[in-house]
Amino acid sequence: MTESVLLSRVELEDSHTLTVYEKNGGYEALKKVLGKVDPEELVEEVKSSRLRGRGGAGFPAGVKWGFVDKNSPKPKYLACNADEGEPGTFKDRLLIIKDPHQLIEGIIISSYAIGVATAFIYIRGEYHNEADILEGAIDEAYKAGYLGKNILGRGFSLELILHRGAGSYVCGDETALMESIEGHRGNPRLKPPFPAAVGLYEGPTVINNVETLSAVPYIVNKGADAYTAVGTKESAGTKLFCVSGNVNKPGVYELPLGFPMKKLIYEVCGGISGGRKLKGVIPGGSSTPILLPEEIEDLELAYESSKPGGFMLGSGAVIVIDERWCMVKIAARLAKFYAHESCGQCTPCREGTTWTYKILKRIEEGNGRKGDPELLLDIQDNILGKTLCPLGDAAAMPIIAIVEKFREEFDRHIEEARCPF
Amino acid sequence: MGKLSDTSINKIKEISRRYPTSESALLPALYVAQREKGWLAKEIMDEVADALDLPRVRVYGVATFYTMYYKKPMGKYVIQVCTNVSCMINGGEEIFGHLKKKFGIKSGETTGDGLFSILEVECLGNCGNAPVMQVNEDFYENLTIEAVDEIIDSLKKKK
Repeated sequence: MTESVLLSRVELEDSHTLTVYEKNGGYEALKKVLGKVDPEELVEEVKSSRLRGRGGAGFPAGVKWGFVDKNSPKPKYLACNADEGEPGTFKDRLLIIKDPHQLIEGIIISSYAIGVATAFIYIRGEYHNEADILEGAIDEAYKAGYLGKNILGRGFSLELILHRGAGSYVCGDETALMESIEGHRGNPRLKPPFPAAVGLYEGPTVINNVETLSAVPYIVNKGADAYTAVGTKESAGTKLFCVSGNVNKPGVYELPLGFPMKKLIYEVCGGISGGRKLKGVIPGGSSTPILLPEEIEDLELAYESSKPGGFMLGSGAVIVIDERWCMVKIAARLAKFYAHESCGQCTPCREGTTWTYKILKRIEEGNGRKGDPELLLDIQDNILGKTLCPLGDAAAMPIIAIVEKFREEFDRHIEEARCPF
Repeated sequence: MGKLSDTSINKIKEISRRYPTSESALLPALYVAQREKGWLAKEIMDEVADALDLPRVRVYGVATFYTMYYKKPMGKYVIQVCTNVSCMINGGEEIFGHLKKKFGIKSGETTGDGLFSILEVECLGNCGNAPVMQVNEDFYENLTIEAVDEIIDSLKKKK
């Protein structure tokens, strides 16, 4: 069995407390590097670990850190993305509830590596309990001298601010997240400039996901080589997979990257509930294209895995759908979500997502028209790649995949003027 | 509606000192105001604007962008039910339909006695325990219609 990188303490009683964290190796990584290891060496270590961003995009974390101008005249910032709004995704929540100090230690080490004096955790507003747990852990860390001025007497200071979102999926986009921290509507910013150059308060800013930052203490403690010993060539380490939908044992599982999808569903998660047949798998959160049962044969869960059907690892959120479900209904529900969450700034996204939802709902209710599937694809083509932030792509990709892979269901709805399911 | 208490105003000012700009404190400040008043009336948003020295229109713009700031009075218990895909395929729509029927109201509305508001919401980030709902700050997981009825009954008893 692979050694646990992220979940080694979650089964312990009171795992969220400083006492339990310290008793089980907590803050040792910080003590090892703070004031002793050159920040640049630390960035190199994370680069060699090949740790990739776990929020969905998979950009190498160390490389992102390396983009920050060391000699910036403006203050540098770090923001931990704990917005977790992608339907199907619930992994960061577990890390926050069960091991908040691991995340905080990851944030302190990362801030030291980048030269940050003020860091933020942007947590989704719905996570009340999680925000309370984090707030408690942050207080403990301040009192113990891990945060604040002159940490451990090693000359490095860091303020950590917990910032609650207020119910907006688009704020998971890094530029919208920054707008939200600055007290604005969560409208994404045009890139470039990228946040590493011009971010929060116009200073260089690094934005990393909860899971990414939580892996940092392990990498520092055990070294980059231990981390790369697990996983595949391009996907080092372990990843949290959160499985939901029609499986017997849904939940969060830490597995080495490269783990077979079929084994995850049929062995780790105990197979499809009720002994039913599999109809489709959304592999990495609601924005990733759905896969047919034949497309998950021999599919490895890794960033480099590619399938003609368009596999994306995304956030590692696997949604399993059994044979009973109408795919037009699934598409309509996804479309409703994106239409609701579009911030309205870009016309293709604002108009296209709402139009898409209306058409899908109409088809589902038995009022579909000949040519609707083509119209849906045409609208998606006018959203995809034509918006400021990735919400447009996130909205279009699942619809394209469902219309193309389940075309006969759309045709039947239209021909029979009803839902055949 | 009445004015915000001095405690809330002081809390807002205290929060604003933690951030690099006072403007950044707007989201937490709106939470402070909502916690005291239950929702954000225009005159309350004006007070928040004044406390942070921001144009009032900036505060209205932000408050209306985010779904968790209530722009009208809500019930004592705000019940949010997720009907997104993972919840939907485990019965989330039926749960929400049941609540609509039980209370005779639509999403966003409040019962006549002011006790319950219901909201159909997007992913609550607890998909592995679907279907889920949130009542104020408490989560309820792996729901059935019977479980929902029990929860409502116990809330009614609490009043």
